[in-house]
Amino acid sequence: MNKYELMKIAREIRINVINMIAEASHGHPGGSLSCTDILTVLYFDKMNIRPDNPKWEDRDRFVLSKGHAAPALYATLAKRGYFSEKALLSLDKFGSILQEHPDMKSTPGLDMTTGSLGQGLSAACGMALAGKLDKKDYRVYVILGDGEVQEGQIWEAAMTAAHYKLDNLTAILDFNGLQIDGRNEEVKSIQPIDEKFKAFGWHVIKIDGHDFDQIKRAIEEAESTKGKPTIIIAKTIKGKGVSFMENQVGWHGTAPNEEQRQKAVEELERSEA
Amino acid sequence: MSAATREAYGKALVELGEKNKNVVVLDADLSKSTKTAEFQKAYPDRFFNIGISEQDMMGTAAGLATCGKIPFASSFAIFATGRAYEQIRNSIGYPKLNVKIAATHAGITVGEDGATHQSIEDISLMRGIPNMVVINPSDAEETRQAILAAAEHYGPVYIRLGRMAVPDIHDKNYKFELGKGEIIREGKDIAIIATGIMVSIALEAADKLKEEGINATVVNMHTIKPIDRELIVKVAKQTGKVVTAEEHSIIGGLGSAVCEVLSEEYPVRVKRIGINDTFGQSGTPKELLKYYNLTFQNIVDVVKSFD
Repeated sequence: MNKYELMKIAREIRINVINMIAEASHGHPGGSLSCTDILTVLYFDKMNIRPDNPKWEDRDRFVLSKGHAAPALYATLAKRGYFSEKALLSLDKFGSILQEHPDMKSTPGLDMTTGSLGQGLSAACGMALAGKLDKKDYRVYVILGDGEVQEGQIWEAAMTAAHYKLDNLTAILDFNGLQIDGRNEEVKSIQPIDEKFKAFGWHVIKIDGHDFDQIKRAIEEAESTKGKPTIIIAKTIKGKGVSFMENQVGWHGTAPNEEQRQKAVEELERSEA
Repeated sequence: MSAATREAYGKALVELGEKNKNVVVLDADLSKSTKTAEFQKAYPDRFFNIGISEQDMMGTAAGLATCGKIPFASSFAIFATGRAYEQIRNSIGYPKLNVKIAATHAGITVGEDGATHQSIEDISLMRGIPNMVVINPSDAEETRQAILAAAEHYGPVYIRLGRMAVPDIHDKNYKFELGKGEIIREGKDIAIIATGIMVSIALEAADKLKEEGINATVVNMHTIKPIDRELIVKVAKQTGKVVTAEEHSIIGGLGSAVCEVLSEEYPVRVKRIGINDTFGQSGTPKELLKYYNLTFQNIVDVVKSFD
């Protein structure tokens, strides 16, 4: 799929994210918008999946370790045909297939339940180990949050992935620089994050997480890297695409009101990206 | 004959691994103690040492389970259930993944390692998690069958195992049934409901009581969740007095589970024998069982203390 097609899809996903969170009056717009472009490339260009058979055993797997960005994943899955886009507006509502944080038992297309930070990378390692054991060539993708890597379990899993040479595993760090209480740098620095992963035995690629060509190339480089897992450190903008949300820590977990929703959607509809 | 339930676990894993190729085993650098090393020797490709990182081990097990594997994840009970509690809850229990947590060195009979290594809260922690099955086998044969049954059951299972050798109560003719307690001895005067290593101690107590003219029913409550409500009510009706015995805190374990059932369905007096809301310490298992009032004589005394 070419860059312009992907950009169009990403824009539609962002509009859905805003509408879903506004309708729910709850959710995490900032971190959903920052990883939308990455999700778009994965689900529309790179991952080997069958939306009509979500549990196909040879499929590529995906784990949203930063589970609070679920609206972006749900909007992506719906756009890809796992379930109706109409269902998106049921986010967080009682009885919905769309829980605030991903629940693999509720939503078609989810490969893992997440939400408590730090746990998704371990699950992705388990999926990658199973792939090696069964000599299958599926790949496993996992998106991590930047604040999330403050969890110790991430580094336990980072060691496991390198020790077992899980070159079928690609992690993508959604590095938007902000977490609930402020900038990573103020709360607790994660830097130098590239050197940390290198020291843990990973192949590290640094990209602009909103440049579709760079995202694609990085995923391809990860695929051709043998003997070690790859992490793509994607510099992103929290709230990307909505001017008043961009780089604003306050939009981590706040829903837009109706006026803000309209403004955000109008902006996204007008935007080229 | 006697053997530790962890020894039986190691052997059962090898038996299971032969039967079922989807069984994989994970350990956190304690494979020689938990006996998963037996499985590693037999099926090295299906064994993963995750190192000293129990949280990651549980998450990795969860990921393997999503791909159709049946992971058995092992460590000492304190680390498996305590260190990795929230990983078990959110990555295994909530998605109802087919992970078996087989934890050894439970209770105070870990002995010399002392309080930091003596898990007395694990049953309480695990039975509070929805979807979790909790099994505490009493001897080697029961452990063997419980491990095979756990693999047959789809969903998370916690199996509590011990370090110390315990007498054999069951032989090959025994049929373990998940969720169904076993009446080992029948008597009309009192019901002693025991689990794990306390089952053989309860049988000793029943022998002693018999000499004194008191006939006790002894129930082996190997499955603590789902608990056998019917059996608990039945023995309470027959005897009117119940004693529970476990090598675990009296808060949240077997004693609590039995009281929950009886208070709702058939209230009778219940006395709980267990670790009385305190930490353990270093010592030999024998010394510790005596100090924490977990001997057959303690059971006899408690039985006789009913009005």
